[in-house]
Amino acid sequence: MDTVNMRCRRSAGAAFLILLVFSLAGCGARETRVQQGTRDGVLHIGNDAEPQELDPHLVTGVPEHRILLSLFEGLTTLDPKTLEPKPGVAESWTVSDDQLVYTFTLRKDARWSDGSPVTAQDFVYAWQRILSPKLAAEYAYMLHCIQNAKAFNVGALTDFSQVGAKALDDYTLQVTLAHPTPSLLSMQVHSSWFPVKRASIEKHGAIDVRNSGWTRPGELASNGPFKLTEWKPGLVIVVAKNEHYWDATSVKLNAVRFYPMEDLQTEERSFRSGDLHITGDMPIGKIPVYQRENSAALVIHPYLGTYFYRFNVTKPPFTDARVRKAFALALNRDEIVQNVTKGGERAASSFVPPDTAGYTSANAMPYDPDQARKLLAEAGFPNGQGLPPVELLYNTSENHKLIAEAAAEMWKKELGVMVTLLNQDWKVYLSSMNALDYQMARSAWVGDVLDPINFLECFLTGGGNNRTGWSSPQYDDRIAQAQQAADAGERNRLLNEAEGILLDEAPILPVYTYTRKFLKSPALKGWEPNILGYVLYKNLSLGAS
Amino acid sequence: MIAFVARRLLQFIPVLFVIATLTFFLVRLAPGGPFDSERAVSPEVRAQLDAQYHLDAPLAVQYRDYMVALLHGDFGPSFKNPSRSVSEWIVLRFPISLELGAYALVVALSIGLVAGVLASTRPNSIRDHAAMSFAMAGICIPNFVLGPLLVLVFALWLRWLPVSGWDSAACKVLPSITLGAMYAAYIARLTRGGMLEVLAQDFIRTARARGLSEARIVVRHGLRNGLQPVVAFLGPAAAGLLTGSFAVETIFRVPGLGREFVQAAFNRDYTMIIGTVLFYATLILLFNLLVDLAQAWLDPRARHDGA
Repeated sequence: MDTVNMRCRRSAGAAFLILLVFSLAGCGARETRVQQGTRDGVLHIGNDAEPQELDPHLVTGVPEHRILLSLFEGLTTLDPKTLEPKPGVAESWTVSDDQLVYTFTLRKDARWSDGSPVTAQDFVYAWQRILSPKLAAEYAYMLHCIQNAKAFNVGALTDFSQVGAKALDDYTLQVTLAHPTPSLLSMQVHSSWFPVKRASIEKHGAIDVRNSGWTRPGELASNGPFKLTEWKPGLVIVVAKNEHYWDATSVKLNAVRFYPMEDLQTEERSFRSGDLHITGDMPIGKIPVYQRENSAALVIHPYLGTYFYRFNVTKPPFTDARVRKAFALALNRDEIVQNVTKGGERAASSFVPPDTAGYTSANAMPYDPDQARKLLAEAGFPNGQGLPPVELLYNTSENHKLIAEAAAEMWKKELGVMVTLLNQDWKVYLSSMNALDYQMARSAWVGDVLDPINFLECFLTGGGNNRTGWSSPQYDDRIAQAQQAADAGERNRLLNEAEGILLDEAPILPVYTYTRKFLKSPALKGWEPNILGYVLYKNLSLGAS
Repeated sequence: MIAFVARRLLQFIPVLFVIATLTFFLVRLAPGGPFDSERAVSPEVRAQLDAQYHLDAPLAVQYRDYMVALLHGDFGPSFKNPSRSVSEWIVLRFPISLELGAYALVVALSIGLVAGVLASTRPNSIRDHAAMSFAMAGICIPNFVLGPLLVLVFALWLRWLPVSGWDSAACKVLPSITLGAMYAAYIARLTRGGMLEVLAQDFIRTARARGLSEARIVVRHGLRNGLQPVVAFLGPAAAGLLTGSFAVETIFRVPGLGREFVQAAFNRDYTMIIGTVLFYATLILLFNLLVDLAQAWLDPRARHDGA
């Protein structure tokens, strides 16, 4: 009896297993998400991290910004190839001769996702909101170029009508600036300048209340090509075509799905299995594999960012500019990008990446080990003798470690100095840098806007991003003058002088300018790589490759 | 029995109080704060943020206020993911970790018990060695290796299952197996050990002598006694499955609480750290209590009624 029973059970088990295998194999034949999305006009994007917020005035990260570009539209848009400003909500604008007064004419057919019109008052309200001191918006400084905006933002001025943003009528917006700002038009694609709908905000709280819940699906009114329809934390954010968008006929996609991808390896595997049309990033180790096997999917392009080392000029031996320069001149940056980072990066000889809005540094920090040895000897350390070991700080990451090891090796070989490495967890590292509790530290700066001054402002005396203790009245003076210059040539000349001082005194050592690397399905069309990482969603389409 | 449970529950209060206090001060000792970022925040904005999140008060005052709020069941707002409060995040994310943990436990128990029983009924046979080598491999292979390996085979080569996500039943298979594998291995070894000891005892020989079927002897008489070590292991294992899923949640993009827990520490998300630590501490205390009760049920000698 028992054996019969057992046999029955065994065959039942086997049948179940076979069924299971077949049903699973059946799934294997199914369409991939990418194939299905391409057919239905649904774009699947791998988007780095889970967004902290979708409030355009409070977000600070790239993944948030990538989503907001699909939801909102500012006064202008950019040509994704040339990054030239093009009409957005504003259909035209005029600029006064002194470059201080911009008058925007808004298109009358611009609509919020609930169908109500987008007006000049919406922009004034939005700017008052981001500048409200209690909102504590980290990116409020982007608007400080508007007259009196800074005073209002820090609480020195309480009457917003004195700030240079006025709605002359429903469709005419006048912006008066504190100083000429050549990047004003291109800055309008940054979320800090985006309009928000007053009723949508005030339904949930006052103008300056953080995180009131107004950005949840169903609550968030947006004026861009898409509207928010779903937000499952950690899983997906879905935006669907906004039928009220003024240029809805140009929008070819029906929906975009943004998936947070905190693990690069998982993201790459998702791309490989056909779950994603495009990734936000990729593991560096996979670059050679894609170059060999699927180079059509690999995109590498320059990005507006500089990887550099800071010197703490308040601590010996880097109190001496000659020592700093010796370290800078002895670093073979070409070798680092060719043999260590290997992701198409360009060796940097200046802090501002070349050709940033027409500006390229006239000064360069060359690779010159002979000069480096000479400077070090002049500083009293011939062949590194008498120089105690120097510590190089970086935040924990495999790439930073490899670069630091290569650099330490070069300094040892060329200068005879001993450089030890110290890695710290991200927050500890930031706190060490802020407290000037380091000798040399790895750093990075990624530009928010296409403007060289956005880079050079970092090293103003006492600035929060300076973090080197370096101060130069001549440098501060050049930057201040450049800020007031109405003529583009004059402005670039002053900035060039400033960068010359920076490279000569060398509180920093530029290593390379960034590239962005990601994977993209050939089915996705219209995604133009550019140094800002700017995406014009209405240009995107999906089609058979 | 009720008195025993009540007494144990009362003991939770001082334990949780000490944990809350220690966590509160330890996170403040760590360098860096929730609002430190690569891009410097202006002093005015910083002052506003500190004021709104009550970080400008003296630490003792912050501690007192936090404890008072805690007594009212309020964990405060999350610094890093401010769109929801800490309690809301736990309510949103924990059920996902719980689901993953439950599936993993089912995987661990079904594989572990079967392998352990199979091995113990034919000690030192090929079957025993195979099951135990399998268990050894399960213990040795960390889940951040096993996970990608399973993905490679079942998602990328065979294309049977999705690479990541948590939106469909198919998505849940690989993470559950990955998380459960190591525990399956432990359970297999514990079951084998417990069973071998029991099967060598006199009452089993008596049962055999009475002519009972082998299956009945093993299941009815052997398992109930041989499972004691497994049950003792289940308390910490269940807690470990729920808290230790950080790697699995990251590899498979499961939006559970385990990942939130670890990220909170990196982000210096003070309220989130204390909230999740307290939540997990409560869970572990509860699981240990459940284990004690289960052991009492399995083994009359361990009963607490008269104690």
